[in-house]
This record gives sequence, structure tokens and C-alpha cells, in this order.
Amino acid sequence: MRKRSPYLMVFACIVALLFILSSCAEKPDNDLSDQVEKLSKENAELKDRIQALEKENAELKAQIDELKAKVEVKEYQVGFVYVSPIGDAGWSYAHDQGRLAVEAMDGVTTSYVEAVPEGPDSERVMLNMARKGYDVIFATSFGYMDPMLKVAKQFPEVVFEHCSGFKMAPNMGNYFGRMYQARYLSGMVAGAMTRSNILGYVAAFPIPEVIRGINAFTIGAQEVNPKVQVRVVWTKTWYDPATEKEAAKSLLDVGADVIAQHQDSPGPQEAAQEKGVYSVGYNSDMSAFAPKAHLTAPVWNWGPLYKQIVEQVRKGTWKSEAIWYGMKEGTVDLAPFGPMVPDSVRQKVLAKKQELLAGGTDVFVGPVKDQQGAVRIPAGKTASDQEMLGMKYFVQGVVGTLE
Amino acid sequence: MNPEVLVPLLAAAVQSGTPILYATLGEILTERSGILNLGVEGIMLVGALAAFLAARLTGSPVVGFLIGGLCGALLAGVHGMVCLGFRGNQVVSGLALTILGTGLANYLGTPFVGKASPGFDAVAVPLLSRVPLLGPILFRHDLLVYASYLVPALLWLYLRYTRWGLALRAVGEYPEAAEASGLRVVGYRWIGVLAGGCLMGFGGAYLSLAYTHLWTNGLTAGRGWIAVALVIFAFWKPWRAMLGAYLFGGVMAFQFRLQATGTHLPSSLLLMLPYALTVAVLVVSSWKGRGDEAPAALGTNIEPPD
Repeated sequence: MRKRSPYLMVFACIVALLFILSSCAEKPDNDLSDQVEKLSKENAELKDRIQALEKENAELKAQIDELKAKVEVKEYQVGFVYVSPIGDAGWSYAHDQGRLAVEAMDGVTTSYVEAVPEGPDSERVMLNMARKGYDVIFATSFGYMDPMLKVAKQFPEVVFEHCSGFKMAPNMGNYFGRMYQARYLSGMVAGAMTRSNILGYVAAFPIPEVIRGINAFTIGAQEVNPKVQVRVVWTKTWYDPATEKEAAKSLLDVGADVIAQHQDSPGPQEAAQEKGVYSVGYNSDMSAFAPKAHLTAPVWNWGPLYKQIVEQVRKGTWKSEAIWYGMKEGTVDLAPFGPMVPDSVRQKVLAKKQELLAGGTDVFVGPVKDQQGAVRIPAGKTASDQEMLGMKYFVQGVVGTLE
Repeated sequence: MNPEVLVPLLAAAVQSGTPILYATLGEILTERSGILNLGVEGIMLVGALAAFLAARLTGSPVVGFLIGGLCGALLAGVHGMVCLGFRGNQVVSGLALTILGTGLANYLGTPFVGKASPGFDAVAVPLLSRVPLLGPILFRHDLLVYASYLVPALLWLYLRYTRWGLALRAVGEYPEAAEASGLRVVGYRWIGVLAGGCLMGFGGAYLSLAYTHLWTNGLTAGRGWIAVALVIFAFWKPWRAMLGAYLFGGVMAFQFRLQATGTHLPSSLLLMLPYALTVAVLVVSSWKGRGDEAPAALGTNIEPPD
């Protein structure tokens, strides 16, 4: 027994040792494979996440590209509201010519609504444009002023521009043109062409804009012909061919041999041509309606002004201001002379136009007397914009009433 | 007033009275048959636009004028359908026609505003135009004015001396009796409505083909309503319609001439003249107690035969 016991002990020890060793050896082995498994699992998960993130990344990149593309060619939408149909060869036609100039700009689309009555209807039209996300809205008649102001307050991010008014807001400016400068030049032509020394003037409404035009026309005519008088007939309408033609006829019957007009229809032009005398158009070149009579016309050229405003909005430099541009800025001009205007007259008128373009002189330079002979602008003084914008008297040489 | 001022004024009176004359005669014919048509303004506008477009397309103002009349008659036919076909209220239908005609003409005509078309120009009548005073006043106009001299005469002859004219008047005065005597009441009323509408269309066509050679929205500017008032002034008689139309034309022309001569009257007052005259005329004609000159059955619908 004693003999066997050490072997047994050794054997047992060895067995035990083996056991321990094997368990020792086995244990770390198990740990490792666990870890490997875990790690590979984690790895797979990470790979999945990476894949998902990459996918997301690609999507975001595409979105960014899309947005970038949008930012780069953001179409500016510009809306115009007209008081009459655009085919009228008159006021709205001239504005629409300006719109076409804006339409030709890159990244700008325009649209218009014509024959919009002043008042609540115009507010609805402008509201619609603002809701549709238009960037700039032009309203081209005096009576749109208050409706536009209302809409402008509701849409502070839209730029509003109103023609011929005086009310403004931080996002609403106004603009107009010094038509009196072109009227003055057309008066020179009329004064030189008349033989009876009576010029007829068919006029819409006795408001400062129209009165200023009649006075400028008269001063221009007197400059070349001191004996000339201008007879005025009020029609109380802007666009009514029949009435305006009748008014022109009444002027022809009292001896007028040049008919000028502050009306939007070519009715007075027709009357002059039928009688075989001369005429001065308005708004745009009206020679197509009376080729034998049409001497010239003071015309609007809104294109440059409209393009400038849209460009300012695009660059973010636009601010609300009151613009009153004249010949110098290209907003008003004289239509081409008719073939009957002799060279001597053309030279004289074009020379005066150069002076106006240079900006050294203006139309209402004293002394200017009113119909009763009272001095309204003293000698050596030039009328201020305020005086011109509020003009409510006729100068000497005008025959007619202000009511 | 010396002739130098008076003659052009009267000549202008004739010209600006002519569209009103056509329309007034049309309304007289319609009312004589017993139908009240308050749609004159709308019918004139449609006639004016149709005439303008037809003349533009064909290049012939005569075709334009005839198409203007035709379209006037067509629109008046709508009134006929309502009043004769369905026995609807004549006042309501007429007013609706004015609104419809105005809207239709504005909608279809807007693209053509300010475009020119061929039209009638003044043609002096060879010998007559040399007659002192009357020549320049009456015979230096366009063909449509000369035609308008004939229409009242023809209408007068028709209503007074022809069977059909007398029958049409009978239908307007006492449709039951007319029916009993074997007249086709509805048929005569249709004639009154359609022929009247045609004349109203002519009135509109005159504005866009001769008075001016232009189209614009609202070209008639209330002349249709003046025509309705003038029917009462004229006591439903063609000759008096002529007088009334020229009187109104004269007042329209007169107020501009007053301004042109430098009269120191406010132009607003002068522009009111034609309308003030309309009111005055209506007051005077009813005051004289002659409102009962109206066709007795005016505005009544015919009951269907039992």
C-alpha cells in the first residue's frame, strides 16, 4: 500500500495538474472566441451603420446640390398690374413694353394682369400675386396706391412699387417720370408747325400731372412762337376714343391746327388726320393711327427703370424711395419726328433736348406767370419738385379753366 | 351764334346723334311689338365689337356693319327666348342682357383694344353738300349717317301704312284681340325683338366703324341707356326719335365746344348736360301726361292659348 501510494499521488497530482492546466488552458480559449465573436458582430454593425450613413450622406449631398441649383437660378417673379388693356397704344402699352425688357433679363419671369379696376379689385389681384410668392410687384395706376399699401403691410418680404402716387412703406416705393420735359419739346414742335397760332389740347382730368404737362407744352410752344395760345378741353376720361375724338373736333372747329393730348386713346389723332391738320401723340409713338398728322409724341420708356429696380432687389440693395426720373435717365423721350417736320425745327428741338440731357436746365424756369399775370416762379429761379408736383395753375397763354 | 360756330356744331350733333338714333329706332320697334328690351347697352356693345372684328377680318366695313347688326339681333334673340319662349320677366331679362353683353364684349374684345380697323370715311354728297347751311350740316358725313336718314322714314311707313306694321302695333297694344283676329302674336313679337336688336347692333357698329375706327371696352359709354330714355321722349314715333337723338348729340358736342371757346364754366357742369337733359326730358314727357302713348301691352307677356 505504502509502495503504491506515491505513484498514485503522483498520478493523482498529474491528473489534477492536467485538469487544472486543461481548465486553465481552456478558459482563456473560450474568452477569446467570445471576444472575437463580439467584435465581429460589432464590426458588422459598424459596417451597417457606415453604409447607412454613407447612404444618408449621399442623399444629403443630393439635397444640397438640389438646393444649390435652386439658389443659383432662383427665378425672380415680377408681377405687373395694369389699369387698361395693354393693346391700347397708350399708358398700359408703354408699361408693358417695360415689362418685356424685364422679361428679357436672365432668371426673371414676369406676368401681368390687365384692365384691373382701381379699388378693391386691384387689392385682390395684388394679394394673389403676393401669396403666389412674387418677389416684386409693380402697380401702374394712381388709384392702386391705397390697396397696394394694405397688401404691402401684409407681405413685408415682397417688394412693392407704385407708379405716380405719394404713399410709401418700408417695402413699398414709388416711381414716376418727368414727362413734362418731353411735353415741353413736343410743344416746341407744335409751336413751330402751327399757322393759326392756336394749339388744341385734349386733356383728361385737372390734376397736377396733367396741368404740369399742359404748362410745359405751352412754355415750349411759346419758346419758338410767342404768339401761340393753347386751348384746353377736359374730357374727364382717360380712355374713351369717341369722346376724345369729339373733344378734338371741337378744338379743330375753333381754329386749332395742331392737336395735342393727355389721353390714352388715339381718338384725337384720328380727328386731326381727318381734318388734314397736325397732331402730337402721347404715351407711345401713335403715328400708325395718323401717319399724315403725327408730328411727334412725348413717350414713356419704362424699361431701364424697371430693370434697375429688379436688379436692386436681386442684389439686395433695394430700398424704399421715391423715384422721379426724367430724360437724363431715359424714362421719358420724344417719338421720332414725322416726315413733315422740317430740318430747322428738328435741329432746334434736338439742341434743347441735349440741354435737358446734360441736366443744366429745366422747363419751369422763372419768370413764369399764371393766366392772370401773377408771377408764380420769379426770374432766375427754377421750380422745385414740390412746386411741380403740386402745380394747380395754368401759365399765361393757356385758354381754359381748371375745373 | 354766327353760322361759323353753329354749322360745325349742328354737323357734330348729327354725327354724334347717329348711333343713338339707330339704337332708339331699334328700341321703338321692339317696344311697339309689346316687348320692353332694357339690354340696349349690351346689344350695342356686342354689335360694335362684332362689326369691328368682321371689318378687320374681311377688310370690308360694309360686311362689318351687317355682321354688327346680325350679332345685335342674335343677342336680342336671347331676350326673345326668355320673354317669348319662357315668358320670363322682361325687365330682369333686359338688365341681365346688358350685363351679359357688356361682359361678353369686354372679354372677347380686350385683345383688340387700340387696334385699328377699316371703317367708313366722310363722303360728301355731290350736289346736296353745296347747299348753304343744310349741305355742311347734313351731307358731309359717312354713308352710315345717310343710311340713318332713311331708317326713320322706312320705319314710319312700315308702322303706319303696311299690314305687317299695323299688325305688329296691334300685337303691342292688345295681343288678345290680335290673337282673336288670327294674327300670330308671338311671331310678330319675334320680328320686333330681332329687327330691333339688329338696329341696336347697327348703332354699336356705327361707333366702332365710323365715329372712331377703334374698339375699346365700354365704347358705348351709356348711349344705350340714353336711347331707352329717348324712346319715351319720342313717344314711340320714329321722327321724334330723330329729333331727340340729334338734340342729345348736339348737347354732347356743344359742351366740348363751350370749353374750346374758353368759356369759364366748370367742365364738370358741362359734362353733366346730356344726362341732366335726359332727366329733364323724362320729367317733361310724363308731366304732359303723354306717358300713356306707350303701347298698352308693353312689358306684358302673352298667356299661352288655352
